[in-house]
Amino acid sequence: MYKIPRILPAGDKAVVVEYGNEISEECNKRVLNLYSALKRQDVTGITSIIPTYRSLLIKYEPLKLTVDDLTALIAKSDMSTSVEEFKAKVIEIPAAYGGDFGPDLEIVAEYHNMTSEEVIKIHTGSAYRIYMLGFTMGFAYLGGMSEKIATPRLEKPRTEIPAGSVGIAGSQTGIYPVTSPGGWRLIGKTPVKLYDPHRENPILLEAGNYIKFVRITPDEFHEIEQHVNKNAYEVKTYNYDG
Amino acid sequence: MECLKVINPGLFTSVQDMGRFGYESRGVPVSGAMDEFAFRVANMLVGNVENAPVLEMTLMGPTLEVMQDTVVAVTGAWMNPLVNGVERPCWSSFPVRKGETLSFAPVKTGCRAYMAVPGGFEGDVVMGSVSTYTRGSIGGIKGRRLEKGDVLSLKRHTLFTHFFKVKEEYIPHYSAEEEIRIVPGPQHDYFSREAVELFLNSTYTITKDSDRMGYRLDGPAIKAKEKHDIITDGLLPGTVQIPGNGKPIIMLKDAQTTGGYAKIATVISIDLSKLAQLKPGDRINFRAVSLQEAHQLLKEKEEVLNKIKEILVPLRYFDVTVNGRAFNVGLEIL
Repeated sequence: MYKIPRILPAGDKAVVVEYGNEISEECNKRVLNLYSALKRQDVTGITSIIPTYRSLLIKYEPLKLTVDDLTALIAKSDMSTSVEEFKAKVIEIPAAYGGDFGPDLEIVAEYHNMTSEEVIKIHTGSAYRIYMLGFTMGFAYLGGMSEKIATPRLEKPRTEIPAGSVGIAGSQTGIYPVTSPGGWRLIGKTPVKLYDPHRENPILLEAGNYIKFVRITPDEFHEIEQHVNKNAYEVKTYNYDG
Repeated sequence: MECLKVINPGLFTSVQDMGRFGYESRGVPVSGAMDEFAFRVANMLVGNVENAPVLEMTLMGPTLEVMQDTVVAVTGAWMNPLVNGVERPCWSSFPVRKGETLSFAPVKTGCRAYMAVPGGFEGDVVMGSVSTYTRGSIGGIKGRRLEKGDVLSLKRHTLFTHFFKVKEEYIPHYSAEEEIRIVPGPQHDYFSREAVELFLNSTYTITKDSDRMGYRLDGPAIKAKEKHDIITDGLLPGTVQIPGNGKPIIMLKDAQTTGGYAKIATVISIDLSKLAQLKPGDRINFRAVSLQEAHQLLKEKEEVLNKIKEILVPLRYFDVTVNGRAFNVGLEIL
């Protein structure tokens, strides 16, 4: 991690603020602190901000905000965010494991010489940090999965993976927000919609928060799914306390 | 209010506004008109606010049945509008009447034309924008390109009965080879000076794997000093990525919000309009400009847009008969 963030040009309407060249919670926290500080100030001329693992892409209107003023603002905001600006929350994601919900669960268990139950226990055992969103609408890059269940991707990707599928790829875990092709090992599925373009809050997850998977039965899955379809389901959230 | 019925959708016609902003942090591409300059001028010609939804038409225009009298403006690629087969000028507005057929001549130069109507087109508003993003099936008409039988509606009825054309000197001319200006970075330090020079001194061809998401280029491969992969970070329309095979990819309006390849350069915002008018097979030469220069160019372009708006040339259309054939002629009002 750098002592002072680097500010790099990204064309005439954006800059990149880079805090380091690593994937670490510490580095990502600095990113999200600056993100919160800038969002809170609601600066005229900043059109949007994309926080990522170790940097932010800040888009601006140079005719409203000069690059010098923006640079000064970034430096000032970065200095003043020594206290934790971003208050992280935990979002509980109910997921059914195995069977049709997670057709690769047994393969993952065999790969590690454990039972399916053990895989589920490890997967639901800790909260995963949402480092960033990207790649596709609503896709969260999660960190913190145990190496004990890290499993290589499929050699031949599936052509269609239903939205809500929970998978493992190497030491990453994640949820498919929309139906798409992919090579992740599928271990479960959530009835919760991470992405719904017509909902008031179209994308459920936000960088800096945490996900905790909670195991549900197939019956509970169908019950929650019905509520979700009626737009009458709310995920459980609480403050993250480390 | 129903306005136009799609008889033939053309090659790729979609409803676009300026784009979907503020959801990039959640992985939502901005989308929006590829050629912002032509888009904004089209709206000016029909008295719209700048961000009113228009049709973006690609290489082959649609055929539309007019369902109610209105005014239409067409800008961008040179594909002359035809009303019942009779040519209308580009970069102008003109009347269409109920029952007439509006179609487009084959494209002469450029790639994307814009059609605006007073009040703008109606479309699905998703996350604050009606821009169609086909990969995500959102915006526009059911999140897809136009299809035969679709009916386009006006957002509201406006009594707009003036016709204008853009002063000749402000109309851009498109060619099959363009100079595209870039600002180096954010990751140009992943490349040696020789590699950056090769990138700037070579001619690249736009390949068939090119669309609203991005243009893949063919030409000399650019090798990174060490590796091409970076820790995934943010990108925007105009970002030039260099993947492992060394062939540049320019990200455009439907680009994903993050990417994991080193970004050698970023196209300056006003040259995205130039890029929008290039098609597969056309050629690009990159030229580096300083950030200060890029900001100056942006300011000048903004002044041009203001001038265009100030001195739109009023037109009046007359029905005339010559040797028994009926014509409708647009004349400048002095």
